[in-house]
Amino acid sequence: MVKLFVILLSAILVNNFVLSRFLGICPFLGVSKQVETAVGMGAAVTFVMTLASAITYVIQYAVLERFGLEYLQTIAFILVIAALVQLVEMIIQKSSPTLYQALGVYLPLITTNCAVLGVALLNIQEKYNFIETLFHGVGAAVGFTLAIVLFAGIRERLVMSDVPKPLEGFPIALITASLMSMAFLGFQGLL
Amino acid sequence: MIGELLTPVLWLGAFGLLFGGGLAFASKVFAVEVDPKVPLLKDALPGANCGGCGYPGCDAFAVALAAGEAPANGCPVGGAAVAEKVAEILGAKAETGERMVARVICNGTFENAVERAKYYGVMDCREANIASGGSKGCQYGCMGLGTCEMVCPFDAIHVNESGVAVVDSEKCTACNKCIVACPKNVIKLVPASKGVHVDCNSVDKGKDVKANCKVGCIGCQICVKACPEKTIGFENNLAFINYEGCTECQICVQKCPTKAISGQLEKLREASSEN
Repeated sequence: MVKLFVILLSAILVNNFVLSRFLGICPFLGVSKQVETAVGMGAAVTFVMTLASAITYVIQYAVLERFGLEYLQTIAFILVIAALVQLVEMIIQKSSPTLYQALGVYLPLITTNCAVLGVALLNIQEKYNFIETLFHGVGAAVGFTLAIVLFAGIRERLVMSDVPKPLEGFPIALITASLMSMAFLGFQGLL
Repeated sequence: MIGELLTPVLWLGAFGLLFGGGLAFASKVFAVEVDPKVPLLKDALPGANCGGCGYPGCDAFAVALAAGEAPANGCPVGGAAVAEKVAEILGAKAETGERMVARVICNGTFENAVERAKYYGVMDCREANIASGGSKGCQYGCMGLGTCEMVCPFDAIHVNESGVAVVDSEKCTACNKCIVACPKNVIKLVPASKGVHVDCNSVDKGKDVKANCKVGCIGCQICVKACPEKTIGFENNLAFINYEGCTECQICVQKCPTKAISGQLEKLREASSEN
C-alpha cells in the first residue's frame, strides 16, 4: 500500500513528467494558453495514459516477452497507443457526444505524445506489476495535468503583464517553464 | 539471417493488420452520422471566422445552418452572394437582406468640434474615454484615436486627417467589430444603398450641442417637419431617419440649419434643373 502511494506521489511531484523528465513538452507549450483548454488536455491525457499503461502492460508480458520480441517494445507500443487513441476517439464520439466535445480536439494530439509512450516504457523498466503500473500511469497523468494547468494559469496572466519586447510570447513562456521546473526540484527531498 | 529480419517484420505486420482491421470494424460499429451539408456549407462560407454572425467561427455557423437554427443570410461578411449559395445547399430560398455597412455618425472634425482639453494618454479611444470622456467638448462624438481602425479585420475604417473615423463602405462587411469596440457608440449599421444620414450622436440639448460642435443636431426638428415622407423621427434631442421610407429627396439635407444631415445635395440641384 505504501509502495503504491510512493509511486503515485513520485510520479505527480518528484518525477513530474513535464517538469523533471521533460516528456510531453509539445502539448505543454502548445495547449497552455488558457486554463480551460489546459484542463481539457489534461483530462484527455489522463484518460489515455491510464488506458495505455494497462494495454501496453498486457502486450509486453502476454505477447512480446513470451515470443522473445522485447526489442520490438518501442515500435510496438507506438502502434498500440496510436490504435488505442483512435479506437477511444470513435467510441467516445458514438457513446458520449458531450465528452467528445470536451476531449475530442485533444485526443488526436495525444496519439504521438511522448509522455504516453514514456510512461508505458518506464512501467516496464521499473518492473512494476499490473496494479503499480496503473498507479504510475494515473500519477504521471495527474502530474502532467497539474503542470499544464499551473502553467496555463501563469500564461494567462503573462498576457496582461508588461514583458520586454524581445521576450514576448514563447521566450517568456520557456523562461517561465524553466522556473517552474526549478521550483518542482524542491520536491526532490519529499521521498 | 533472413529469419531474424523477417520475424519483426511479420510480427509488426500482424500487429498492424490486427489493429487496422479492428479499427476498420470499429469505425463501422461506432459510425456517427454527420450531416453531409455541413462540409458543403463550410466551403461556401468566407472562412474569415470573424464571429459577425454571432457564432464562434464559420464552422459553428455551418453546423447551426445545417440544424436550421441560423438564417441563411446570417453571414454579414459574405452578403447576398454567400446567402444565395447557402440557401442553395439548404434547399431554401435566400432571404437576401439589405446590405448593411457601418457608419460613424459624427462629423466632429478638428474644425467643427470644440476641444476642451489636450489628451496625452494612451492613444486608444477606450483609454481616453475613461479619462473623463476624451478631449472633445461633445461627449458623444468620435474621438478619432483609432480603436475602430485597430479592431477592423477588413481594413475598412480609418481615422482621416481631420480627426474623425470614416468607413470605407466598399470594404465594410458589417461584422460589428468596430461597433462593439467604440466606447462612444458612435458607429451604427446603416443600409449601404441609402445616402442620407443624420451624422450626429449627441443627445445634449441644442444649446450645449451648439457650444461644442458646429455640425451637431440641435434638435430644431425642422427636418422632421420638412420631410415629405414623414420618415424622420425625433428622440432624445436627436433626429433619426427611418431608412425604409427614405427616398433620398435631400430636402432635410438642404433644410438642416447646422448641416448635421449629410447627403448628396447635387442630386437636388439636378432634379430642380430638370424641372
